[in-house]
Amino acid sequence: MRHFPRALTPWLFLLAPLALLITFTYAPIVNMVAYSFTDWDGVSPELHYTGAHNYAEIFTRQDLFEVFFVSGYYLVASAVQIVAALYFATILSFKVRFRNFFKGVLFFPSLINGVAIGFVFLYFFQDGGTLDTVLRLFGVHTDHAWLGSPVSANISLAGVSVWRYMGLNFVLFLGAIQSIPGELYEAAELDGASRWHQFRYIIAPGIKPVVTLTVILSVSGSLSVFEVPYIMTGGATGTETFVTQTVKLAFQYNKTGLASAAAVVLLLIVLAVTWLQRRLVPDSADNRMDLV
Amino acid sequence: MTRRIAARALVYATLIAATVVVLLPLGVVLLTSLKSSREMADDSGALTLPDDLLNLHNYATAFQDGRMLQAFGNTLFIVVFAIGGTVLIGSMTAYAIDRFTFRFKKLVVALFLLAALVPGVTTQVATFQIVNSFGLFDTRWAPIALYMGTDIVSIYIFLQFVRSIPISLDEAARLDGANAFTIYRRIIFPLLKPAIATVVIVKGIAVYNDFYIPFLYMPSQDLGVISTSLFRFRGPYGAHWEIISAGAVLVILPTLIVFLALQRFIYNGFMRGATR
Repeated sequence: MRHFPRALTPWLFLLAPLALLITFTYAPIVNMVAYSFTDWDGVSPELHYTGAHNYAEIFTRQDLFEVFFVSGYYLVASAVQIVAALYFATILSFKVRFRNFFKGVLFFPSLINGVAIGFVFLYFFQDGGTLDTVLRLFGVHTDHAWLGSPVSANISLAGVSVWRYMGLNFVLFLGAIQSIPGELYEAAELDGASRWHQFRYIIAPGIKPVVTLTVILSVSGSLSVFEVPYIMTGGATGTETFVTQTVKLAFQYNKTGLASAAAVVLLLIVLAVTWLQRRLVPDSADNRMDLV
Repeated sequence: MTRRIAARALVYATLIAATVVVLLPLGVVLLTSLKSSREMADDSGALTLPDDLLNLHNYATAFQDGRMLQAFGNTLFIVVFAIGGTVLIGSMTAYAIDRFTFRFKKLVVALFLLAALVPGVTTQVATFQIVNSFGLFDTRWAPIALYMGTDIVSIYIFLQFVRSIPISLDEAARLDGANAFTIYRRIIFPLLKPAIATVVIVKGIAVYNDFYIPFLYMPSQDLGVISTSLFRFRGPYGAHWEIISAGAVLVILPTLIVFLALQRFIYNGFMRGATR
């Protein structure tokens, strides 16, 4: 290797990673932007340039635009999820019996296979399934089809999403709380601070970066919901999300052009949200630019 | 004092309520998986115990007719190659970026960082065409290549670790005549063990659970992974909840075992992976 020019050595290590990165991340983005201005169907050799037509269609056709309202359900669900995760992280950071058991139980759903979760909750919401049976125990008799109407179906699916992802937020918050030095609590306790004061003045500032990050990520997260609605309802009864719709447009209806435009819109929203986050929380845990 | 006690009671009440909310849907599916189709038909409700707690009949059906053995095999194949590739790619990238100064380094780093922001689900419309043009469509190499090529989080985890390895080790080895490749293989790579463990766990769980990529790229029955094979239960067993439940339990069980065995590593891994 002596006679090998030293300036080339790093490129030898970067050759494969960069090739994969460009092939599977950047080339698709470039192609996608290009497709989005055409009426391509994904197979035929023929395609026509249609200008911004696809973009206009996304924002004007009501059935396509509706998916943004569905994201609203998931956005509200994320708020519930973050509050619940904060609550459980706070109480489990203090001494509690069976702490590890509770921690494990709350976290476990985020490790479960999405298809399995979909089936578990299809049975849960079924007629005479888990939910109906439990309600009957409490004397509530209902023949409500939980996944039968748009509002109820979306609330149910958003609930599944909280069930699935709350544990992940919870563990992140708990980790942040536990990295706060213990002496702070001791000092506060000596000063007679209540639990609420400890939360308000010690825990809250300590976990602010990771919570802000989570809040912002949940915006792009609620637009990219895919697995749960796709597996459970297939997007029926008004539960279509931005991504399930894009997938259908691309792979069922062969509207590659339109689907690409939708994907570009989502990508732009996600990038905008991330940019906003960088502006708002310059020293967040996500600040990866310190690598350079 | 009574306020303290009331507060404590409230804490435990909420914890127990949350435990019930998490475990009840799973528990019912476990019960259902042990029931016979006759028991399912008599409409006794979802919460009743099965007559025979050791009735594994549905598991046998799910395992054989649902082709779960093949699915586990395919999943294992993909997991092994995807993780092996990710570890190599990630550690090489981290080594090159941290230990060398070269032209366009900032550009390269920016390319990797920017890629981390692109949600993979959105670009599949166009990625599909590229995978297809390589002739990888409907082979197990399509998911392997995608998992390997688009994992920025692992690169980041490796970078943090490479940075913590003192440069004096590299220099000492260089004085002994080692070249860059030997340093990577003999010094850096072995010291990355904790990072490798993290990546193996986080990536392993992600690949095991992924539905979207295998669903899109491997439509053949023979290439079913656990997610897609389980998804196919919907058609033939549409009304047979006892068999679908058995399939779901078969898929969840390995996750539970791994979680119980590796709890500490999993918590750490997810914290490192998610806060990036």
